[in-house]
Amino acid sequence: MTCSEFLALLDELIDDSVSTETRTQLREHLSGCEHCEVTLNTTRKTIEIYRSHEVYELPNTVRDRLRAAIMARCKNGC
Amino acid sequence: METIQVTEENEQHPDVALVASARAGDVQAFETLVNKYDRQIFRIAQHITQNREDAQDVVQDAFLKAYEKLDQFQGNSKFYTWLVRIAVNESLMRLRKRRTGKMVSIDEDIETDEGSVPRDLADWSPNPEQNFGQAELAEILRKTIQGLPLGFRVVFQLRDVEGLSTEETAETLGLSVPAVKSRLLRARLQLRERLSRYFRKKKAGEK
Ligand SMILES: [Zn+2]
Repeated sequence: MTCSEFLALLDELIDDSVSTETRTQLREHLSGCEHCEVTLNTTRKTIEIYRSHEVYELPNTVRDRLRAAIMARCKNGC
Repeated sequence: METIQVTEENEQHPDVALVASARAGDVQAFETLVNKYDRQIFRIAQHITQNREDAQDVVQDAFLKAYEKLDQFQGNSKFYTWLVRIAVNESLMRLRKRRTGKMVSIDEDIETDEGSVPRDLADWSPNPEQNFGQAELAEILRKTIQGLPLGFRVVFQLRDVEGLSTEETAETLGLSVPAVKSRLLRARLQLRERLSRYFRKKKAGEK
């Protein structure tokens, strides 16, 4: 397996949707290729960081105001 | 997390009962749905419009539109994905208003080599996020994702952060499944490449 073949399957590997056979080939490539190992690990980390950190927060005061506005209109039949 | 629910076909998603009550005139049930999803809708709107006021307006408009159209909601898709689709359309409308004359489309495929071949191959420090303060880190993450083409950042947000499946993301954005997949890979790699500038392990002597 070449690095570009590995890269083409990167998403499937991250999302855990590869066959056992393909997984073995991918692991084999990883064990001998530091570049792809770094790419895999740092891509996983990228996703994890975006999942665990709020990039855009909606403050509670704004939430309350928006909800009140929405519900007032709904109660009036919009 | 989503895949587990799919297997339990007989188990009804809690939103189904809430939607039914809201349809029958129970305003409280609809308020529960607003409470449940307002933050997600805000995040998605903010990723598309990149404007705070617009994103807040989208939250309001999307829920009101959903309430109005509740009768048209088909039980065969999830309420949440249906709501997200409304919010995406409202967001795009606002974005177009601000950028009159400019093409605004999620469908537009950006031909870019950036990130398609990883170039920064330095490993990252262990737990690189700990080297930054909360506010500083949030700023880095914001700046980084804002630099991505519209279609890339929205696909990444829906699929990887909000937890929609590939099929749901495609349905919500009106894209094909292969188009979602290709955008997701490039979004992930571009974000990785850009974050590497901040998170790469420093060599001895490097500042
Ligand atoms: Zn390789």
